[in-house]
Amino acid sequence: MGIFMFAKNMGKLIRNIKLGGDVDRNDNSAERWKNVLMVALGQSKMTKKLFPGILHIIVYAGFIIINIELLEIIIDGVLGTHRVFVGMGRFYTLLIDSFEILAFLVIVSVIIFWLRRNILKLTRFHKPEMKGWAFNDANNILYIETLLMSAFLLMNAADWNLQMLESHHYVTTDPFVISSFLSPMFTGMSEASLIIVDRGLWWFHIIGILFFMNYLYWSKHLHILFAFPNTYFSKLQPKGELDNLESVTKEVKMMMDPNVDPYAIPEDDEEPGKLGASDVLDLNWVQLMNAYTCTECGRCTEVCPANQTGKLLSPRNIMMKTRDRLEEVGKIVDEKGKFEDDGKALLNDYISPEELWACTTCNACTDACPVLIDPISIIVDLRRYLVLEQSAAPTELNMMMTNIENNGAPWQYSMADRLNWKDE
Amino acid sequence: MSKENILKVPTMAELMAEGKNPDVLFWVGCAGSYDDRAKKITRSFVKILNKANVNFAVLGTEESCTGDPAKRAGNEFLFQMQAMTNIEVLNAYEVKKIVTACPHCFNTIKNEYPKLGGNYEVIHHTELLQELINDGRLTLEGGEYKGKRITFHDPCYLGRANDIYEAPRDLIKQMEGELVEMSLCKSDAMCCGAGGAQMFKEAEKGNEEVFEARTKQAIDVKPDIIATGCPFCNTMITDGIKMKDLNEQIKVLDIAEIIADANKL
Repeated sequence: MGIFMFAKNMGKLIRNIKLGGDVDRNDNSAERWKNVLMVALGQSKMTKKLFPGILHIIVYAGFIIINIELLEIIIDGVLGTHRVFVGMGRFYTLLIDSFEILAFLVIVSVIIFWLRRNILKLTRFHKPEMKGWAFNDANNILYIETLLMSAFLLMNAADWNLQMLESHHYVTTDPFVISSFLSPMFTGMSEASLIIVDRGLWWFHIIGILFFMNYLYWSKHLHILFAFPNTYFSKLQPKGELDNLESVTKEVKMMMDPNVDPYAIPEDDEEPGKLGASDVLDLNWVQLMNAYTCTECGRCTEVCPANQTGKLLSPRNIMMKTRDRLEEVGKIVDEKGKFEDDGKALLNDYISPEELWACTTCNACTDACPVLIDPISIIVDLRRYLVLEQSAAPTELNMMMTNIENNGAPWQYSMADRLNWKDE
Repeated sequence: MSKENILKVPTMAELMAEGKNPDVLFWVGCAGSYDDRAKKITRSFVKILNKANVNFAVLGTEESCTGDPAKRAGNEFLFQMQAMTNIEVLNAYEVKKIVTACPHCFNTIKNEYPKLGGNYEVIHHTELLQELINDGRLTLEGGEYKGKRITFHDPCYLGRANDIYEAPRDLIKQMEGELVEMSLCKSDAMCCGAGGAQMFKEAEKGNEEVFEARTKQAIDVKPDIIATGCPFCNTMITDGIKMKDLNEQIKVLDIAEIIADANKL
């Protein structure tokens, strides 16, 4: 059932992502795979902050490698065997030893993470957008990880006691490196209660993992899955390059073509598409996937010059609000089968123009993101809507644009004076 | 005006009339053409080009804004109008290589013009200067800048946007300046606050201006000179230095100005 629910919810997420517009990100697959290998699998951007980067790699490695042990736990459960891989002998001991060391290190790392968030109160974890669910979600993840790792270690400790009692079914192994320290906790317990503890922990571990899997859907922790496609489909062009709107290109080309009859009736009487974005449905699917991938670490907001100087803009919050709005739109689609206007939109109801206009497009945020999320593209698309559909740019920017239109420079100077510097 | 101050600045139209083609087009940019502070950078760069006998030309009155601030402000329409008009002019002159002292023009022409039909080799002026030195066409004297503490402020549109960090630093080193790095430099450099069309508007409400914050970081390394490679960064940091009343102690200069000045051009 756990797996079924997980699949259903993932299906929902993918459907929501597909609500976004089209964008071709299938070129250059070699470089894309390189990003997946280096950035997602290899965590190359995490270690920019060395200490949390290393702790994160431990938790990440723990998560991946301990899943191998999960395989044994599941096979044992299905076949009724116990430690089905024990035949590997010394290698098995080595394997479980390394799992145990990792599990222990994961617990240590997670405790440090918890201290950084709750006791040291690092600024990036305490920005305005991190109140309520966002904050609790982060701690919940840390608690679940601690419980899962502890269950694994305690299970081996109980197992060792059962081996000492030469309990039937419990095959002999070497003592394992961490659990052997924990095993005295259980000495003196009867065989029956030890079996209950061992089985109980086994069930706790399995159910815990199934629960965690389903928790992801509600959580920022989705990044453990989405980091991979997100890095694959990330923008490969230089960071400074913004996309050119193709619909505008067509129109401008027509305007500049002397052979086009300006009074001609357009051949296709298509509704002209909306320029820019006012809601999540106007964004492309990569931007929406970005929103689900964001794990709210705040490295972007920490380096944002606008945020550092007290402005309202926080690139992390741009991603969080995009996800919140997408969830809301997704619920409408769940209920009505398709999106129906609910009188709300990403622009204004979630993201204010004040936030958008504070961005310097400096790319500090996109450079800082460990999973290659691009908040700037969303900011620019929303600005495009404000300017092209609503003419709602700040007055000074309107003046700048009028100047460019009239005299080809953002200031009011005559074009004829462009070369005056030569003789000054 | 004294005679040695006369710059050789041929326009594309003039060269074409003579049946000549320059090796490189110098894209001056709006700041470099009109802004009083930035015009000095333009003149310094041209002095170096003249000294190294570079066969270049400018568009002069045929140049127009690349459209960068319009695009970043969200006005894609105006951007593409500007871009296509400029591309028509550039292609008509069969321009192959463009150099500019403005990272915003640089980024736009290099990255955003190709899909609209404008394909050129585009380089930043610090890269061209580096090329000239490597080819032995220009030799640098450190002059009064020898041993001076110089910190380089990375323009976002040169650094993070296009991964160019070394050319300006190499030039400072070749002048035997003492290159000192701010705590936030290269890909970690903080923005001056001008990008994304911010140059042309008041900042949103906050507790500090971005340029103040960045200037403080520069002052922290006690430089004699803050070097930049962008006219907009130059304006912002200069304002920051003035606010701190340090304009006597710390100079804000473009790399081209330092080179022209040191070599008495």
